Amino acid sequence: MLITTPNLTRPDESYAALIATHEGLSEAESHALNARLILILMNHIGDHAVLAEAMRLARDPGAQAKFSETVPNGPKSA
Amino acid sequence: MTALVPDRYTLAFRLYPYAKSPDQDAATPVRHGAVIVGGGPVGLAMALDLGRRGVPVLLLDDHEGAGLGSRALCFAKRTLEICDRLGAAGPMLEKGVQWNLGKVFHDDRLLYEFNLLPEGGHAFPAFINLQQPWFEKFLHDAIVQVRAEGAPIELRGKNRVDAVNVADDHVTLDILTPDGPYRLEADWLIACDGARSPVRGMLGLSFDGRVFEDNFLIADVKMKADFPTERWFWFEPHFKSGDSALLHKQPDDIWRIDFQLGWNIDRAKELEPENIRRRVDAMLGPDVEYELDWCSIYTFQCRRMEKFRHGRVLFAGDSAHQVSPFGARGANSGIQDVDNLGWKLALVLEGLAPESLLDSYDAERVHGADENILNSTRATDFITPKTPVSKLFRNAVLRLAEHLPFARTMVNSGRLSVPCTYDGSVLNGPDHPDMPARTRPGSVCPDAPLAGGWLLRQLGPGFRLLTIDSEAPEVLSAHGLTVPCLALAATPELTARYLGTAKGAVYLIRPDQHVAARWDRFDETAVAEALARAIGKV
Repeated sequence: MLITTPNLTRPDESYAALIATHEGLSEAESHALNARLILILMNHIGDHAVLAEAMRLARDPGAQAKFSETVPNGPKSA
Repeated sequence: MTALVPDRYTLAFRLYPYAKSPDQDAATPVRHGAVIVGGGPVGLAMALDLGRRGVPVLLLDDHEGAGLGSRALCFAKRTLEICDRLGAAGPMLEKGVQWNLGKVFHDDRLLYEFNLLPEGGHAFPAFINLQQPWFEKFLHDAIVQVRAEGAPIELRGKNRVDAVNVADDHVTLDILTPDGPYRLEADWLIACDGARSPVRGMLGLSFDGRVFEDNFLIADVKMKADFPTERWFWFEPHFKSGDSALLHKQPDDIWRIDFQLGWNIDRAKELEPENIRRRVDAMLGPDVEYELDWCSIYTFQCRRMEKFRHGRVLFAGDSAHQVSPFGARGANSGIQDVDNLGWKLALVLEGLAPESLLDSYDAERVHGADENILNSTRATDFITPKTPVSKLFRNAVLRLAEHLPFARTMVNSGRLSVPCTYDGSVLNGPDHPDMPARTRPGSVCPDAPLAGGWLLRQLGPGFRLLTIDSEAPEVLSAHGLTVPCLALAATPELTARYLGTAKGAVYLIRPDQHVAARWDRFDETAVAEALARAIGKV
């Protein structure tokens, strides 16, 4: 089951680290880095069903949001 | 005279020269039981399988033997096991090159090596490389041998089928020979006439799928190089001879080199020897001496017929399904078609099984074809990415693969052919939960060493009961069939592959060495019922 509730231990630090990782890279290099990062995270997650759910959510973020609103204690904002 | 049936290609071996048959002068068309069209690997194996079962079989081919060119080349373990049952594997193994080590390169970097060595305890290696004409010749040699022992196999060279008329209970064939046309009838027709299948065309049947916009150059070069016997695959090679390249060894000091050329090429120009040499030189370096043995440019498609059975006409091999070459799933899957069809057609012809048993050939081999098409399509999409983002991820996988083993699992230069499991087949009987998943009903029996031999060789040509640490009668007779029992005591391999955590095991095994059903003890009613199901009587 894909976790869509807040799960990051240090959201601001993680976000800043993501941006900093791309510092000084051309757009092509950034795209390549993103691709590698996705593959590394995919392997960490491992479970195909979770990955497939994440891919669906990335393709259509609205679908999950509508669902979450109906769930008690679901995320109130992104 | 032979101009009436002109050669479309040069022969490597002339195996079945044209000889006039009395059928050609018959006043009315002579009726045959089983007629095969096409004398390639699939047609010859089909004739051999049926003939060994005592089924009179006639094979028609518009040539007189095996065509020139290494073509299929990679023959998988399952193919060798089937050929062993057909009495043809010995010379294949002796002549073929065995390889286990693969290396994957990107640009000028070695990303990783992999070892293909299967688990121990199997009679045959994972793969051999053997030029297709030799594979066909060894099948033909086996035909000659069993024919001398009385197997009713007839091969007619320079017999070109020009028209097919399908009736409810037979097929009429119009055939052209060097002596002119004649007509004959067949109870059953098996079309093994290749990807461009004239029979399929004459019946107006479609063959739909996906075209891959790419050209591949095969250059077979003969050289005394001391390259090791390994499969080397390059993505975006530094020597710029193609977008990908593949090198592996054949018998007779010949090496197969494949270059991916892209879509918009001048075919004739690329086939000029100096242009082929330019690519090969860049790859091998300036100091390697070699001669070009055989070259070809091919494109490919992944497609299959909607159904492999059309009444009295059955399609097998490339005529029914076509895949990309990555993963060696063409000829290997065709031989599995033969394995599946031979015993079923023999039982139907002997009146021991209903015609509907042949519908299970369609269901099971369509399932196999879909699995092969899926695998080879995925390999093709990895080797030749179709969009910028697909290429971005492909190269990201390659970049990571050099350092991180997890990424190597995603590198796909062909998932090499393994036999298909007929999950969900109507022929499957009961399963047992304590036994290994790899031998569930529908699976092909994995080989195992026995005292003084190999398990698969003990199974024989028909249905067979296999017991492990379990009691069963020596022979079971039911539904007109006699099923002998092979009683074995557990060994480490038999426990790992068949017994699992059960105390004893009883397997009903089909003539194609696929598991029909399994129990933890013998029950005559249950086994007879599973046998009925496995021959299409339920």
